[in-house]
Amino acid sequence: MRPPSPSIPEKEFLFSSLKESLRLDGRLPMEIRAPILTFGDDLGWVECSLGKTRVLAQVEGKMVKPLPERPFEGMITIHSEISPMASSEYEPGRPSDEEVTITRMLDKVLKRSDAVDKESLCILAGQRVWHIRLTLHFLSDAGNMLDCACLAGMVALKHFRRPDVEVVGDEVTVHQPTERAPIPLAIHHTPFCFTFAFFSDPAIPPVIDPTQLEQRLSAGVLSIALNAQRELCVLQKLGGVPLDTEEVLKIVNIAVQKAKELNNIVDARLKEDWAGRKVEVR
Amino acid sequence: MGSRVEILNEGGFRSDGRRQYELRDMSIDLSQQGQADGSAVVTHGLTQVLVSVFGPREAKMRSQTIHDRANINVEIDVFVQVLQQDGALLQACINATTLALVNAGIPLLDFVCAVTGGVHSTSPLLDLTFLEENDLPNVTVAVMPKTGKVTLVTMETRLHVDRFEEIFRLAGDAGKVIHGEMKSAVRSRTSTLVTAMGSGSRVVGGEAAEKDGDDRMNEY
Repeated sequence: MRPPSPSIPEKEFLFSSLKESLRLDGRLPMEIRAPILTFGDDLGWVECSLGKTRVLAQVEGKMVKPLPERPFEGMITIHSEISPMASSEYEPGRPSDEEVTITRMLDKVLKRSDAVDKESLCILAGQRVWHIRLTLHFLSDAGNMLDCACLAGMVALKHFRRPDVEVVGDEVTVHQPTERAPIPLAIHHTPFCFTFAFFSDPAIPPVIDPTQLEQRLSAGVLSIALNAQRELCVLQKLGGVPLDTEEVLKIVNIAVQKAKELNNIVDARLKEDWAGRKVEVR
Repeated sequence: MGSRVEILNEGGFRSDGRRQYELRDMSIDLSQQGQADGSAVVTHGLTQVLVSVFGPREAKMRSQTIHDRANINVEIDVFVQVLQQDGALLQACINATTLALVNAGIPLLDFVCAVTGGVHSTSPLLDLTFLEENDLPNVTVAVMPKTGKVTLVTMETRLHVDRFEEIFRLAGDAGKVIHGEMKSAVRSRTSTLVTAMGSGSRVVGGEAAEKDGDDRMNEY
């Protein structure tokens, strides 16, 4: 069910307050909502919320036969279907434009950027590899589900631990988590995604982490995924309001700053959670 | 053993004999294709794309129209056909679409010119072939030359921010070069058409009409 377009007073109020660099939720134009990460009992279960936008990520690992053309690599699949739980505008079975965008971006940011090393997922070449399955549940849409989903997915992958496997000749022994401590995935780098919304009036500055209203009234969106080492993984501006080269580069620099801050927040939270779990080492 | 293709050798030549900043041979064919209102075949080296534009015409699917306005002949359909693929596919598609829209007589604010760029260790390269695209981090940039503003930027491979800035600026400038090619192709096509229309009437009148047409073209 398509939601009604924003009313004229809503539109005018948003535009006039943005012109004075005031956002409706009190943030500055270049301020993201503080991410809150909640870890579950299982390793690899994370709920990420950016304000009222909430996404749940869950990572599971299974041993399977590898693809014949890639016998030395494991597999990573991402499942991200938006159910009407997120918002009544999403219908089950019919991917909306936004869902397709999110699925494609997640694929680019988490899989194509080689964040997780696939060769380390190989157990027995040509016969047994790990198939890592990342499932994302979109619990609530208050704008910018993409950034929330990328964050949840990435943190879940960092949080996940797979069982330790011993290979002797052709024999594969999987150790229970109670026998041997499970091992984390080999993660090359941690990409974070930031979305900026632009408006048709040049007097209105771009905003980061748009809310639903800002997203609907925007005339263009730029998504940028990068890691804390100043490496851009994905930069996507598909149409929308044309921007100066300088504006784009300014946005990139802001994203670099935010990536560093977010990386520190994520690391701190992961450490905090890990300290709270009882891990026995015999 | 391994005869790996060198992306950029010590002499500064790429695998297809081009220099670092050299763009591939670009050919534009604006002759009519089938029943389309406007069409263009654009070739960048070995990448060839055909775009046909139909419109403005009656909207086929009511769900695509804006509900609170009258919709008479508002739909423009763009059909893109990839004939040959050798890298820089999005670049060719965007350029061909712009030319097809111009050919169909649809009013545009400006041309949209696209080019790809990549970075090989620290050397930026322009207009990548398929081999280069697979090996290097690459970005596609589309600009509107009158204002120099960027309408599309897409990059899906890892690249350091400083390298990105360099190639991004370079690609923006290269877009203007592509614009020059597109403009001259449109001009020559227009003058061919004007000559064909003008033949039969007085020669002087035909020449004056051509000059007027040229002057107006020069504004773009």
